[in-house]
Amino acid sequence: MITKTLLRAFDGKAIWVVAILIAIAVAVPASNLYLPVGHPLRVPNHFVPLLGKYLTYAMLALALDLVWGYCGILSLGHGAFFAFGGYAMGMYLMRQIGDRGVYANPVLPDFMVFLNYQELPWFWYGFDMFWFAAIMVVLVPGVLAFVFGWFAFRSRVTGVYLSIITQAMTYALLLAFFRNDMGFGGNNGLTDFKDILGAPLQAGSTRAALFAASAIALALSFIVCSAIVRSKLGKVLVAVRDAESRTRFLGYRVDNYKLFAFTASAVIAGIAGALYVPQVGIINPGEFAPANSIEIVIWTAVGGRGTLIGPIVGAVLVNAGKSWFTGVFPEFWLFALGGLFVAVTLFLPKGIVGALAQGWTALKAQRVSAQAEDGSDAAPEPSPAE
Amino acid sequence: MHPTRLISKLLIALALLIAVAPGAFAQDVESLVSALPEGDYSDREKVIFDLAATGDERVAGLLNALGEGDLYVREEDGRVIVGKRSGRNYTLTDALTGEELGTAPSSALEKIRVNNRLRRAVRSAIGQLTLMSPSPSVRLRAARSLLRNADPDSLELLDTALAAETDPQVKTMMETARAGIIVKTDAGIEEKVAAIDLLAARGDREALAMLTGARSSAAPELQPVIERGIAGIERELAMWDGLQNVWYGLSLGSVLLLAAIGLAITFGVMGVINMAHGEIVMLGAYTTFAVQQVIRTSFPGLFDYSLAIALPLAFLVTALVGIAIERGIIRWLYGRPLETLLATWGLSLILQQTVRTIFGPNNREVGNPSWMSGAFDLAGLSITWNRLWIIVFALVVFAVLLAVLNRTPLGLQMRAVTQNRRMASSMGIRTPWVDAMTFGLGSGIAGMAGVALSQIDNVSPNLGQSYIIDSFMVVVFGGVGNLWGTLVGALTLGVANKFLEPYAGAVLAKIFILVFIILFIQRRPRGLFALKGRAVDA
Repeated sequence: MITKTLLRAFDGKAIWVVAILIAIAVAVPASNLYLPVGHPLRVPNHFVPLLGKYLTYAMLALALDLVWGYCGILSLGHGAFFAFGGYAMGMYLMRQIGDRGVYANPVLPDFMVFLNYQELPWFWYGFDMFWFAAIMVVLVPGVLAFVFGWFAFRSRVTGVYLSIITQAMTYALLLAFFRNDMGFGGNNGLTDFKDILGAPLQAGSTRAALFAASAIALALSFIVCSAIVRSKLGKVLVAVRDAESRTRFLGYRVDNYKLFAFTASAVIAGIAGALYVPQVGIINPGEFAPANSIEIVIWTAVGGRGTLIGPIVGAVLVNAGKSWFTGVFPEFWLFALGGLFVAVTLFLPKGIVGALAQGWTALKAQRVSAQAEDGSDAAPEPSPAE
Repeated sequence: MHPTRLISKLLIALALLIAVAPGAFAQDVESLVSALPEGDYSDREKVIFDLAATGDERVAGLLNALGEGDLYVREEDGRVIVGKRSGRNYTLTDALTGEELGTAPSSALEKIRVNNRLRRAVRSAIGQLTLMSPSPSVRLRAARSLLRNADPDSLELLDTALAAETDPQVKTMMETARAGIIVKTDAGIEEKVAAIDLLAARGDREALAMLTGARSSAAPELQPVIERGIAGIERELAMWDGLQNVWYGLSLGSVLLLAAIGLAITFGVMGVINMAHGEIVMLGAYTTFAVQQVIRTSFPGLFDYSLAIALPLAFLVTALVGIAIERGIIRWLYGRPLETLLATWGLSLILQQTVRTIFGPNNREVGNPSWMSGAFDLAGLSITWNRLWIIVFALVVFAVLLAVLNRTPLGLQMRAVTQNRRMASSMGIRTPWVDAMTFGLGSGIAGMAGVALSQIDNVSPNLGQSYIIDSFMVVVFGGVGNLWGTLVGALTLGVANKFLEPYAGAVLAKIFILVFIILFIQRRPRGLFALKGRAVDA
């Protein structure tokens, strides 16, 4: 049955998206590794982790879209799930440093030696093993989202209130992770990573592999989201988004549907965070900042919420714009970002992809009506259900 | 008997005589000062007493300098001066008048030497000058410094002064100082018990320190008395600490109230999520800065009125900005609260960057007018004027707003539109106009909050961001659409925060509060004072 659900994800445009993502996963690393330096088609070294970062952001935006675009839950705390995934990966990478740190302590990471820790805190146990860290990447954001969502949805906290308490959650976590006594490196976070699974992080091949992994992870999450959205469950999610009370009166357990979407979304966000950290080389409490979480929302909104391609396009576009702006006109980036928020909500409520799709449908309808006026008896195509 | 004590007794007798017949024995101060460097130590001691006997207020400073070893004779003219070392040279001032006399190398000066006996003489002479001064405030200060030093040598001097004292406040202070000295001396048990009781009755930190200091050396039969006194003081101090915490909490609560009250209008009454609210507060603070800049450069005499000028201006500026925001952006987004949230967030980024571009990224200095600086003691509490004024201001704003909502036509229309927009429109209320006015009112109040916050917080482009989450917490906790809820919510959160701080630290206290609010909203999704309604989807 699961296979059937997954297969259903592959009809229509989805197969193209997956194909393109896989092509990118192969082409970018290959061009970086095998084309000679200076070749016009070669992706420069510093571009590989940058593009990889965009892909993890795209995954994060996709995760947010699943709850916001399809279930109507505007989470202003998705950065927290991303950061938890990142911290879990960061802890693994810290333990991998071993005795190569500044203080050469074989067990304790540098910051713990610096803060006079005598032994490893209990929650750092097991992070020297990759499989354990990988489980935690999924488990920690998932459990947090499950517990938080279970309380929130059961008491029917909805709309703006939910947005505000998710923001409060990530703000509280931000303050907590800034504390040195938390045992997560405080203000400086975790950094100075050396290698992952034995491969040095600075090496071109490792970076290429991480990029490919990000692209494939994005493709996989796209398939999963697509499957969820196209299943019967996905239809109920849309119903919850559009008329929550009516759905409840029809006999659906709205809370459970929302909880499922929220938890699944948090897990995807956590995986994105785990892929982000080795490519960027640092994770610090700044990732918990409420402003970061709101920025994720704007990626999704720009691309088009309620479509699965939209958030991917939006995240890549906005972040590419950010990289370009902060390089060329650093003081204007906030103007541009702020203007984007205002303009998109006012003029492009469906985002770029939504607007394009709308334009396409309108064009088709025009052609059909033109044909009808010509007297030809072409049957009008049923418009897509969106 | 120690010779100094004998001398100081004589001295006091002399001083009393002078008090009876002022000027009778007074020698010329200047000639006494010039006689100071001459002769040996005993001659000098005599001059010191003569100087003290003049009762001249200027002498206290001179004697102080002598005791510190800062008194010199200038070799060229034999003038007595105070020299403070600065680098290689000495900065000179006249010993009596304090007149600046430039600098000189050490070779041009000769130090007026003092030994321990002279130092004691100087100390008692100063004490006599100050403790017997005609001005009660000088006497009070002298008694307080005696309380701190608790020098057993000053006991007799103090007794004499106490006998002559008439001012009750000074007298109490002197008695306490005397008790502090008695505990240290080898006086009789009864006398010591009385002294300890007196100290315990005073009940402040100084008394606690004195008693704790005396505990180690006290006789065994005194121990329980001291223990009891210490326990009593600690109990009283704990109570005052609690009150001080309440005060700090109220102060924080009033700041929260100010920041949140504008939001209570725009979010609570209109249902508009205005994420740019903090930036409007910031605009108010920058208006204050601009007003003060103009006053500093053009009308320095008006500085004490700067806040009174800034308040209406800030209201006007921010209200206009608010109306522009409502007309330009928010009115297109009614009924889509989440989109409003995003658009106003974008607006907040633009406003921040605008202010950063115009005024620069650093903190701007906004001064306190004289009536807002300083502090006063109320019983055991130390209360700063600016905090007090802000509490008063927050309550006044709250009361005015309540009156506007409940007693004016605009308030009536605002409530009507909130409760049933279509019905209100059918009754002839121009709902778009009311929307714009409501938003303008909420923003204007946020701007006035900015004027107040500029007095206690850094005025920087990030000012608003630090308040926005707290403000939302207050409004949501208090209950949306209810001003009283906002008041109770702000004060509760403020006091709770300050009570948690001593146990958990500032950051953990804040985290606890956030977690508490998250859990609280689960229990009561509509806040402390929810509006009752029957609609399924609010």
